[in-house]
Amino acid sequence: MMSRYVIRGARPLGGEARDLYVDGGELVEEAPAKADVIDADGLIALPGFVDLHTHLREPGREDAETVETGTRAAALGGFTAVHAMANTDPVADVAGVVEQVWRLGQEAGHCDVHPVGAVTVGLAGERLAELGAMADSAARVRVFSDDGNCVHDPLLMRRALEYVKAFDGVVAQHAQDPRLTESAQMNEGEWSATLGLAGWPAVAEEAIVARDCLLAAHVRSRVHFCHVSTAGSVELVRWAKAKGWNVTAEVTPHHLLLTDDLVASYDPVFKVNPPLRTNDDVVALRAALADGTIDAVATDHAPHALEDKETEFAAAAFGMTGLETALSVVATSMVETGLLDWAGVADRMSVRPAAIGRLTRQGQPLEPGAPANVVLVDPAARWTVDATLSASRSRNTPFAGRELAARVVATFLRGKATVLDGKAV
Amino acid sequence: MNRHLLSAGDLSRDDALLVLDTAADMDAALAGRSIKKLPTLRGRTVVNLFFEDSTRTRTSFEVAAKRLSADVINFSAKGSSVSKGESLKDTALTLEAMGSDAVVVRHSASGAPHRLANWIRGSVINAGDGTHEHPTQALLDAYTMRRRTGRVEGLQVAIVGDVLHSRVARSNVLLLYTLGAEVTIVAPPTLLPVGVTAWPCAVSYDLDAVLPKSDVVMMLRVQHERMHGGFFPTTREYSRRYGLDAERMATLPDDAIVMHPGPMNRGVEIAAEVADSVRSTIVEQVANGVSVRMAVLYLLLGGLIDVSGADEVAA
Ligand SMILES: [Zn+2]
Repeated sequence: MMSRYVIRGARPLGGEARDLYVDGGELVEEAPAKADVIDADGLIALPGFVDLHTHLREPGREDAETVETGTRAAALGGFTAVHAMANTDPVADVAGVVEQVWRLGQEAGHCDVHPVGAVTVGLAGERLAELGAMADSAARVRVFSDDGNCVHDPLLMRRALEYVKAFDGVVAQHAQDPRLTESAQMNEGEWSATLGLAGWPAVAEEAIVARDCLLAAHVRSRVHFCHVSTAGSVELVRWAKAKGWNVTAEVTPHHLLLTDDLVASYDPVFKVNPPLRTNDDVVALRAALADGTIDAVATDHAPHALEDKETEFAAAAFGMTGLETALSVVATSMVETGLLDWAGVADRMSVRPAAIGRLTRQGQPLEPGAPANVVLVDPAARWTVDATLSASRSRNTPFAGRELAARVVATFLRGKATVLDGKAV
Repeated sequence: MNRHLLSAGDLSRDDALLVLDTAADMDAALAGRSIKKLPTLRGRTVVNLFFEDSTRTRTSFEVAAKRLSADVINFSAKGSSVSKGESLKDTALTLEAMGSDAVVVRHSASGAPHRLANWIRGSVINAGDGTHEHPTQALLDAYTMRRRTGRVEGLQVAIVGDVLHSRVARSNVLLLYTLGAEVTIVAPPTLLPVGVTAWPCAVSYDLDAVLPKSDVVMMLRVQHERMHGGFFPTTREYSRRYGLDAERMATLPDDAIVMHPGPMNRGVEIAAEVADSVRSTIVEQVANGVSVRMAVLYLLLGGLIDVSGADEVAA
């Protein structure tokens, strides 16, 4: 039941309007017969987005999210592939668990799910998980991360960086020195001083970023930094790239838009790891995403059950949802501000994350012969986020009540519409 | 005034002066009475919700509420969601069902009173939240300064000790700034928050340099867990550098006063002869605490008095 579409008058990457033809799961040269016609006048066509950092919570916390609900939210956000983080219960540290998550993604069918394998057994940071077995499994894992925890033992990190070279893998580091962030609740700075909340200093991230740039260079491997959040991390990544080292980095939408003063409400919806930082950091992150120092936008979509957020700030879970708002936050913070054009959005949300994850069938040009992974965006839309309307099973969006620019109208996964008219198909 | 008292920073200068003046009125009204009781809050319910043990603060609020003829419920919550007990929200809903007019809350988590204020209709009074604030302590300290020295505006106040973890220090810095005093906080650098430079006060690492120009010295308690937390090498070294002994006290101006929010570690941050000296206001602070808390309860709950009702004490 392959669908045929004529997407009429869309502007690929924000360029000149033209028609796109979809048949047999691919983009084709000529309009197929008996095709559904989609009026895309005024819409931007981009390659389907690829998220390097998604928490789908299954197995283990199906009350917060499932592969089914999380990938539906992803499709609504314009994603055609997500990387599902390993901190599930059980942990995705063996081939059996990553294959299970991969199959759940196939069954749901809203977007491709590429499981991330844990670097260490149980995310405990003590010994390597069977990285090769996960790479060789049906899930073909290429991205490995202990996300939520930092691989802080320098020797273990060195070994992981070396070992994944055998199958062209990458270690995605959650850069957080554990001793410098004991019981940390928010960015360490003026607001933590005022609010009496234990601080999470920028140096705790930057010290690990610096160390791992050096380690990756030493063993000639590649390293990817999850959710960089500080101006200092940006400088370090820029320096490592200038050296020609194989270093990549992602930034979350929330770190592009929100700052630590929001914590003054003590509302745990603003509690996240790494924490919201200062306006200077936001400015540096935007500039780095614009100039390509930061390669990718990754959501760090982290759904949480209501009872894990309706608590004292210190007792609340870290994390924010983000799949359905990612494009609009990027449009608001990067496109509307003139820092990035739509081709740039395609590059940072699709092309480069696909390349980092070694997904050869994602992030491709919108040309005949490419898989029909396409998202249509209305650049003129304005909408106000309503947490209760989310397709995610959780409601912990920090953008609730905010007006954002641009909206995903339609998403196609290998020629099949997963979203039309802004609604899940 | 706002409906709640969550931070000393919520108080405008007029609000703060009104509390201090009202506390003085309370003292005057009760002076000479054999039965220390006013009918002002008859029929109203004040809940003391204490997630942390603090007999001193709880008793002070309890006496204050009872002197205003309010009904007092002491609700000692065994656990909190921080310690995996009943959730704060469930506790709040329970209090709502009881129909409380004010909730006085002490909690180990910074911001817990702010959270509580989202879930209940009555007034929330912060009686100390984690390492954040303790606004009624700051009010009673200001009241004590004014009674002893005749003013707050223009006073040179040194706040000495573990500022990083002190809710007393945060509330005092904010309130004293509002009232026009000049504050210097004095501590080893490890016990000052990063970001303290944005506070409306001066910062010093040198107690001996600050004392000769101080009208008020407020010594903060060194919590037992800090003594072993690596913030300073030994308790003995801390005392030598930041403790107030008789020799140091002698460098103060003649009419300077010495304050401590209690409970004291005699021999650590304050020597016994200093605590018991004529400069010390420590016992007065306890008495003034009741007057100031009466004023706070009166002003927060008095604002809710329905003028069309038959409340005979609405004056
Ligand atoms: Zn992370």
